[in-house]
Amino acid sequence: MEILNTQSNRRSFIKSVAVSGGGFILGFSWLANAKGATGAESGEQIEINAYLRIGSDGTITIQAPNPEFGQGVKTSLPMIVAEELDVDWESVVVEQALFNMDLYTRQFAGGSQSVRAGWNGLRRAGATARHMLKQAAADQWGVSFDEVATGDGRLLHAKSDRSLGYGEVAAKAAKVAVPENPILKNPEDFKIVSSTKKNVDGKDIVTGKPLFGVDVDHEGMLIASIVKPPAFGMRLKSFDAASAREMPGVVDVIQIKTFEDDYQRRIFDDNAFPDLVVVVGETTWQTFAAKKVLKVEWEAFDDTEITLGTWGGGSRAAVIPGGLESTSDHEEKLAKLDEEAGGVARKDGEPEAAFDAASQVLDRTYSAPYLAHNAMEPQNFFADVRGDKIVVEGPLQAPQFIEQTVSERLGVPIENIEIRMTRMGGGFGRRAYCHYVVEAALISQRMKRPIKLVYTREDDMTFGIYRPAYRMRYRAAIDENKKVTGFHIRAAGIPESPLHANRFPAGAYENYLAESSSIQSNITTGAFRAPRSNFNCAAEQCFLDELAETVGKDPIALRLELLQRAKNTPVGDRNDYDAERYAGVLELVREKSDWGKAKPGVGRGVAAYFCHNSYVAHVVDVVMNQGRPVVERVCSAVDCGIVVNRGAAINMVEGAVVDGIGCALFGEMTIKEGVPQKNNFHQYRMIRSSEAPKRIDVHFVKNEIDPTGLGEPPFPPVFAALANALYQATGKRLYRQPFVDQLET
Amino acid sequence: MAEFVVKVNGRNRSLEVDPATPLLWVLRDHLKLVGTKYGCGMGQCGTCTVHLGDTAIRSCQFPISAVGDQPVTTIEGLSEEGTHPLQKAWIEHDVAQCGYCQAGQIMSAAALLKRNPNPDDSQIEGAMEGNLCRCGTYLRIKEAIRNANA
Ligand code: FES
Ligand code: FES
Repeated sequence: MEILNTQSNRRSFIKSVAVSGGGFILGFSWLANAKGATGAESGEQIEINAYLRIGSDGTITIQAPNPEFGQGVKTSLPMIVAEELDVDWESVVVEQALFNMDLYTRQFAGGSQSVRAGWNGLRRAGATARHMLKQAAADQWGVSFDEVATGDGRLLHAKSDRSLGYGEVAAKAAKVAVPENPILKNPEDFKIVSSTKKNVDGKDIVTGKPLFGVDVDHEGMLIASIVKPPAFGMRLKSFDAASAREMPGVVDVIQIKTFEDDYQRRIFDDNAFPDLVVVVGETTWQTFAAKKVLKVEWEAFDDTEITLGTWGGGSRAAVIPGGLESTSDHEEKLAKLDEEAGGVARKDGEPEAAFDAASQVLDRTYSAPYLAHNAMEPQNFFADVRGDKIVVEGPLQAPQFIEQTVSERLGVPIENIEIRMTRMGGGFGRRAYCHYVVEAALISQRMKRPIKLVYTREDDMTFGIYRPAYRMRYRAAIDENKKVTGFHIRAAGIPESPLHANRFPAGAYENYLAESSSIQSNITTGAFRAPRSNFNCAAEQCFLDELAETVGKDPIALRLELLQRAKNTPVGDRNDYDAERYAGVLELVREKSDWGKAKPGVGRGVAAYFCHNSYVAHVVDVVMNQGRPVVERVCSAVDCGIVVNRGAAINMVEGAVVDGIGCALFGEMTIKEGVPQKNNFHQYRMIRSSEAPKRIDVHFVKNEIDPTGLGEPPFPPVFAALANALYQATGKRLYRQPFVDQLET
Repeated sequence: MAEFVVKVNGRNRSLEVDPATPLLWVLRDHLKLVGTKYGCGMGQCGTCTVHLGDTAIRSCQFPISAVGDQPVTTIEGLSEEGTHPLQKAWIEHDVAQCGYCQAGQIMSAAALLKRNPNPDDSQIEGAMEGNLCRCGTYLRIKEAIRNANA
């Protein structure tokens, strides 16, 4: 075992083990300072761990440690290992690792961190194995280590024209001491990394193989489905199961409590509906049908005190407010905050004086509603609880958190819990909140049978964990020379503010003030693709567009001037972005989109943003066709450091663009007296095939910076680039999401 | 409960089930053909798309009693070895992200190509409008359909 300490506080542990029948396994883990999914400032530590196995027959198996939900890590993480191992990608078999706290420690999908946190450790793992194989070959041939080269999974000795397959020396390699500092490849020599490798599950997906949680099927398994309160602010009073029990195929109707009343909720334990009635049946259809005849009475609850776990293992008291809330009240309360000073998150210079002296003030307010995640696969999980042994299997983003909750709730030690991670039919943050795993386990425990819990789409869409509702007011003080002399942000949200106070344009304005407030609610919210950034960016980048127009500047030129200032003489020392890389994506998108040369009739808008360690700029071209926006082209420039899997990275950006346009135009969940007003896709409009952009061009900044995330960063700037383009096409500024009702006349 | 014999992927399958049971759940729960997916249960998302004869239908909206003797084809039966031109094109264009919607997408596209081997872009969009993809892979889907026969 070896420990490496570098400035970035990354440690790497590598262990080698010989396996019976020849060959060896290299187990490795690493720890990186990474940022958590719920907020860039929470500073969560993410540790990932995996192994690679070389069989005596030369097969190379690489475990993909992280859960896969379409972000491509099952392909891209093993690519990094294969690169340094110097093997032919075609000879690599990728396996989804089991969730295992001993072997792999932490496994997590979220915060666009999988590749970033894994990069160094994965490279070192591949390089370590290659070093050991080379040493084994050198010993066997009796030549010096330096004379042994590798290529495509073979060991080569040029002088004597000898070669060996990796498998042939794997058993010996297992006995070689693990090197302290294996030599890594020079990025210029990469053959696998930065190329395009197809999704390792591609064939299984197009042939309908059972890959997803909802496809899990085990001997003797029953189907379970929940009945929950129809409104936030309500809980179960009583139920009468007589008629439901009469329904064909129904095995039982039971009640479960996901938490005990005095339970201290952990991170990601958010849940508005811990008291549930559950129908258990033979088949899914019978179970769903029986739910409809169940008679349940609900009651409103008063303010309820709970204890919440915090990042880092602490806890705090919190109150879930009672009452039946409505979007209209929320909007009123948020609008009031426009006029109230919030908590000061950052202040530079003398912003108040700047506004007093201004000859003109640009003052705009932006808002966005709750969003439901609407992953195409509704929540589901399999559980088999037998005595004090638990097996659970299904789609989840954050197994290490829910494992503790399951253990505590069912009174089963962690080591007796086996979590099997299936491919996820989308996640987008929603599956970090895995209450459904606890529910499944409790149901199986009660029924003494293996069960698969399946949510209907309606259960999924009305369960909460929405993207918070947000509002931001932006003001700029402008002097008589059209110079911006002060900048003021007032951000609010239910239940959290979207503000990132230290991001651009903080650092570029002498007089800057950012304030934040929030309103508590019993409607649960959670991480949603690029939490907070997804709205902060929309508001900020729309405002900068209007500000550029107000002061008579080109919107890209205005941003570049500000970034120049932030680079040369930054204001403050907490600025959370690299002005040069930020400017880099704007310059690239300006060049690639032929900025300034839009065709007549085409509305063109730009936006750029930095989040989750990557920089993205989009230029959107839109035309209006009979009151309908048609996005003709989106040109994207991305700086995420080294691009690991080029084709998959392009796919990810395309997907974020389509998703962003869909959410900006249509995305909205409203609440009336606690009841979510949309429960399926006939009410919740999602972007469809004909509404997607006709063309998306993705360009990457070329550099040799360690790779950073891509699942989230391309998403936030879509909203503003679209709004700014729509303004050019229609003459109407859009301040309120979603946009569709304001366009269709 | 009633007895039915349905022809699925070229094989006759007999089963006893409530006549109102949607074909989707017969396929998934009774015949263990889980490639056909549940997404909304109300004809809005297309993840449950299969062929009845040559026509794409939403199997969540189609009771087993209405199938009669028309053959049903699911993603598992689209080709023996996963070599239907669309399946190959899907792999070639690396269409999938999470992959959950893709079986339904392919079945909708396959029915389109059967009746119109050379669809133009608006015909493609028309045929694919009922299939949601939350991951946003629409551009690749259309590209794969355009190139499926090329
Ligand atoms: S499940 Fe049939 S259309 Fe959605
Ligand atoms: S690929 Fe995820 S829903 Fe289409």
